Parts: sequence; C-alpha cells; structure tokens
Amino acid sequence: MHISAEDKTGKSWRSVANTVLLPFLAVFTALVLGALIILAAGGNPIAAYRGLYEGAFGSPSALSETTVWATPYIFAGLAVALAFKGGLFNIGAEGQLALGAVASAWMGYGLLERGIELPTLIHLPLTIGAGMLAGAIWGAIPGWLKARTGGHEVINTIMMNYIALNVTSFLLNGPMKDPNPLNVVARTPRIAESARIPQILPGLRFHWGFPLALLVAGGIWWFLQKTTWGFEIRTTGANPDAAQYAGISVTRMIVLTMTLSGVLAGLAGAIEVTGLNYRHELGFSVGYGFDAIAIALLGKTHPLGVVLSALLWGAMRNGATRMQFLTQIPVDVISVIQSLILLLVAADAIIRWLYRIRAEEEKLVLTRGWG
Amino acid sequence: MDWRRLGFIAMIILALIAVVVLVGGSEVDPAVIVVSMLATTIAVATPLTLGALSGIYCERAGVVNIGIEGMMLASAFFGWFGAVYVNTILEMAPLPSLLVGVFAAVLTGGLLGLLHAVLSVTYKVDQIIGGTVINILAIGVSGFLNRQLFFEKGSIFGGQVPHAPGVLPRFGVPFLSDIPVVGRIFEQQPIAVSAVLLVALTHFILFNTRWGLRTRAVGEHPRAADTVGINVYFMRYANVIIGGMIAGLGGAYFTLESVPSFEPLMTNGRGFIALAAMIFGNWSPFGSWAAALVFGVAQALQINLQFFRDQIPDQWAFLQQAYVVGLIPYLLTMVILTGIIGKTTPPAADGVPYEK
Repeated sequence: MHISAEDKTGKSWRSVANTVLLPFLAVFTALVLGALIILAAGGNPIAAYRGLYEGAFGSPSALSETTVWATPYIFAGLAVALAFKGGLFNIGAEGQLALGAVASAWMGYGLLERGIELPTLIHLPLTIGAGMLAGAIWGAIPGWLKARTGGHEVINTIMMNYIALNVTSFLLNGPMKDPNPLNVVARTPRIAESARIPQILPGLRFHWGFPLALLVAGGIWWFLQKTTWGFEIRTTGANPDAAQYAGISVTRMIVLTMTLSGVLAGLAGAIEVTGLNYRHELGFSVGYGFDAIAIALLGKTHPLGVVLSALLWGAMRNGATRMQFLTQIPVDVISVIQSLILLLVAADAIIRWLYRIRAEEEKLVLTRGWG
Repeated sequence: MDWRRLGFIAMIILALIAVVVLVGGSEVDPAVIVVSMLATTIAVATPLTLGALSGIYCERAGVVNIGIEGMMLASAFFGWFGAVYVNTILEMAPLPSLLVGVFAAVLTGGLLGLLHAVLSVTYKVDQIIGGTVINILAIGVSGFLNRQLFFEKGSIFGGQVPHAPGVLPRFGVPFLSDIPVVGRIFEQQPIAVSAVLLVALTHFILFNTRWGLRTRAVGEHPRAADTVGINVYFMRYANVIIGGMIAGLGGAYFTLESVPSFEPLMTNGRGFIALAAMIFGNWSPFGSWAAALVFGVAQALQINLQFFRDQIPDQWAFLQQAYVVGLIPYLLTMVILTGIIGKTTPPAADGVPYEK
C-alpha cells in the first residue's frame, strides 16, 4: 500500500520478503496439517501428495489440465483482488461468473438459432462481450447500492449470488434448456463453432483462455499502477476520506470498481463457455466465488500473486482426482486444505508466531465494518 | 424499533398471508389458513431468529460476525453426526440421541465462536475476512467429513447412510396450545420454542443486567469501558462464544428439527439473511425477531402454496415455482439494506479491533 519513495529502503525489502514468505509458509503449514488429516482418515499422506503432484504436473496432459483449471480462477481471483484494492469486498464473483456464462452461452447459440451466421472474428468477441456485460451489470448493482444508499456490498453481493442462482436455474430449466430430447440436465445447447476459442495443441484441452488470463492480469497491474483511474481506485481503497478530500468522487470510484470487478468475473464465465465447455451447465459455477476470495487473499491482492495462487488452486483441484484414484482419499480433502491455507493467510499472526517472523509496521486495509 | 419499520413488517406479513387466503380460501376455512401460515412462519423463521440473536451478541460487543452461515452449516453437520452416532453405534433411544445431537451442534457453534474470537480479538484479523474464513472452512470440513464418514466404504457406518433418529417432536406449549383455533400456532418443535424464549431472554440480558451493560459498553466505547475496569477482551470473547453457541442451535434446526438428514451447503444463505434481519431490527432482539418473521412468512408462502396448487389460475402458475417465490427473501434483504424503510445504526465500535 505504500508509495514508491519508501521502496528503496531496507525496511521495504523486509516487507517484500514477508509478502512472499508468509503465503508460502501458510501453504506449507496447511499441507502439513492436511497430511495429518489424511493420516487420521487412514491414508498415506506421502502417496497422496505424490498422486496430487503427478496429477497436477506429471505429464503434458496433466499440465494442460492444470492451466485449464487455473484459467477461471485467475479471472475470478483478479475480480476479487481488484475490488479489495478499491476497498470493497466482492463476495459476488460466483453470481457474476454464472450470469456471464449464461449470457455468453445465449449469444453463442442464440444467434445461430435465429438464422444469423457471423464470422468468428465478430461472433467470438460478441459472445465474450456479452458475458463481460452481464458480469458488469451484476457487479454494478451492489456497487451502486453501496455508493448511493450505503447498503453493504458484502451482504448485497451474497444476495445477488442467490438471485443469480435462481435466475440461472430458471433459465437453464426453462427458456434456455438444451432441447435435445436425450438431455435431462439443466444446460444450454452447444454454442456455434464461430463462437468458440480455437484450441492451441491438438488432443489437449489447453486453450487461449490461459494466455489471455495472463495478459489480463498484466493489464490489471498496469491499470492499477499506471493509470489515473487505477490510482483513484487505490486511493479510495486506502483512505476514502482522503480521496474525497483530494477531489476524487468516491461514489463514482465505488461503482467503477464493482463494475470492473464484475467484468472480470463475467469474463471468467465467458471464457469457460467459449474456450472449454461450449455451453453452460447449472452447478458448474458453484464454489468459484469463495475460491476467488481465497486466491485473492493468498495472492495478497497483487495480480502476479493472484496468478500464482490460481495456478496452485488449479493444480490442487486437478491433481486431486489422481490422488483419489491412487489412494482413495476423497477429493474433498483438498477443500479442507484450501480453507486451512486461507485461515493461515488471513491470520498471518499465527504463521509469524509459529516461525518467529517479525511483524510489518503497515497493514493492508481490506474492509472496514458495516461502514 | 420505530413505527415505520414495524408497520412495514406487519404489512408484508399480512399481504403474504392474504395471498394464500385468496388462493386457497374457497377450499379451506380462511381462519385455518391464517393460523397455519403463522405457525409455519414461526417455525421456518427459527434459524433466522437464532442467527440474528447470534449476530446481536457478537456485534453488541463490537465484533462483526459474517461467519454465522458457516457456524450454522458446521453445527448442522456435527449435530446430525452426533445424533446418528449415538443412535446407531451406541444404540441410544431416538429422543436422547437427538438431544445429544443438539448438544454437539451447540458445542460446534461455540468452538467456531472461539475461533472467530481468537482471530478477531486476539489476532485482530479483519473481522469480515475472519468470518469468510469460517464460512469457507465450514463448507470444506462438512463436505469432506460428510463424504468420509457417511459415504466411504470403510467408514463407521459401513458406507451406507444410517437409519435416521428422526426429528425433534412437536409439542404444545402449556395453556396457549389449548386455545381454540389459534392454539395450533403454539404447537411447535423445541428449537423453535427456544428461539422465541431466547429473544426475550436476550432482551432482558442486554438491557436489564450488568452483563448486558458491559457488553454494550465494550461495543460502543471500549476505551471508556476499559478505563472503568471492564475487561474488553474477556467480554468480547465471551459474547462471541455465546453468539457461536446460539448459531450452533440454529444449525441444529436444519438437521434435527427441519429434516432428518444432512446435505452439503444446506443452510443456503440463511446465516446471511439473519444478518440482514439483525440490521433491519437495529441490533435489538425483538426488532430482529420481527424482521426474521418477515423472511419466514415469505418461505411459509412458498410452502403453503404447494397445498393449493390446483387453485392457482394458469397465468399465475409460474409464481409457485421455487425460483420465483424463493427470490423474495433475497430481494427483500437488498431493499431493507438500502435504508429506504428507515436507517439503522450499528454499535459504534462494531468491527473495530481494540488495541490496549
């Protein structure tokens, strides 16, 4: 949170070391605790973790799958991280992602149904854009409510998640349901070929969404650090009163932050539809919202940190299947380990105490009460 | 609670009851419908009432608790597990098993309350982050253990979902349930009844006892409280743990009183809606209860409309779909938070860690 003048002193070197060291130790400690849980469940932790590693990185296809898992995590994690930078807690990434996916799917198959055929160069951006727009709207509403009425974004984004879930389940069971007579699942029809992101390597599910996610992460870093809007968002997040005093419209920044956050979450959904599943299915988006929060916090809300955390999350989710296959430890143990990581990242005082690390002078301010 | 908000609450409850009377009035005596709606409302408002009370204890002492949802989910699981374990493995009779389950749920809630207190009071973790951690932890742990204990082949129940000990039995509140017609409202299950009693008890504790005065003091102005010799950390710890235990009782409602089974994510946002009820009720027990009843009546509407499915005209048939009526509580929460039905004020030191 501190600005450049300090960055060359020794004190800030320690703070940089701490920002990298603490999350690393949190992950390490959570894995040790996870090993104890696996032992208690009657499994062999070494075999389990070997399976996890093999499943995540052991072969080209494992690596490809890890990036496939990590892609939506990067977008959604960036969404939450960006909101944190602006002093807002977006628990609504899940709803924004779901509606982004629905909107993308609709644009992807709906045009063809109405007899409109477009070249990929137009149809694909249109399809992705629809998802971003839906996410933007779903993020802007709680942002606007916060700015205008003070309704707290934490509860409002959660409510918007449940509303999105209801709306999605209505659409996917009704007007948007795949009409194929063999289909019994709440899902949309497949999107047109012209709305799909091309595959990169034959036989692997690795797709352009992953490089795009890395590019977007870089873009967000540039936006936050090098543009006026980015500076205003960060200032509003660090101290809204000071921002107001300096002539920044705090209400506008709140709406802007939540809208951009929604765009990123919507993009997560849009890329899953256009790059991977070619349709949206109910229940696919469940759990992404909380994972995104964990990833943003583990990455200390820095875009690079978010990318690395998202890769870790993707690797664990992906490797878990192989772990279960080899050792019969249920994949759900990963959720426990991930929530332990989050716990130890949030309460870094526990890690400092465990490993005798001195505290930083400055603390990252994330949220403030009901304000 | 001011008259404007009380009027709003009464209006919504009457309007939603009127809907059911309009739909089913030709089939069933309207008085019976009204009584049945009220009885259902009180029952289904139980986790919201308890969640709101949990929030009141924490936040009156100055600790924001958005982990109520997770506390309820984890307690619902451990309460269920405890009841099933003593019932099938230790062969205890159903009713005592269920009571053991309630005890396990309250204990789970208390332990998570302790965790929240450690995070927010001792380690001064951002309280909203701390609450989110508890929510995520509860989803992970209950999901994992549910799979591991109930569905794995080598598990203690032999890989099959065990025979359930059932749910806590309904009973009539003495005297009140003997009143003709309206007596039905007072035939409730034990957790629902204790929720209503806890509303009154919490009001008494907060506003008529030394403990309550101290709790409010550390939530409004901890520095002043500290100066006159009140132990701020102790008061916050104690109230957050009490809050956790009450959330735990709310969790028990899901698996020991409502349905005899556990499902992952079964609390379905009720812990968050409870927070909205607490805010709308201006952090007061009776006000929050009234707000919880508004959410309860929306759910009662959905349940009671099921009985009159055939009476609903075709053009209104879509209303009985779960995802239409089901939206009401969430939309209502957002409307309430805008403050257009009256602004509310949180305790002054709510969410602020105290540094000695």
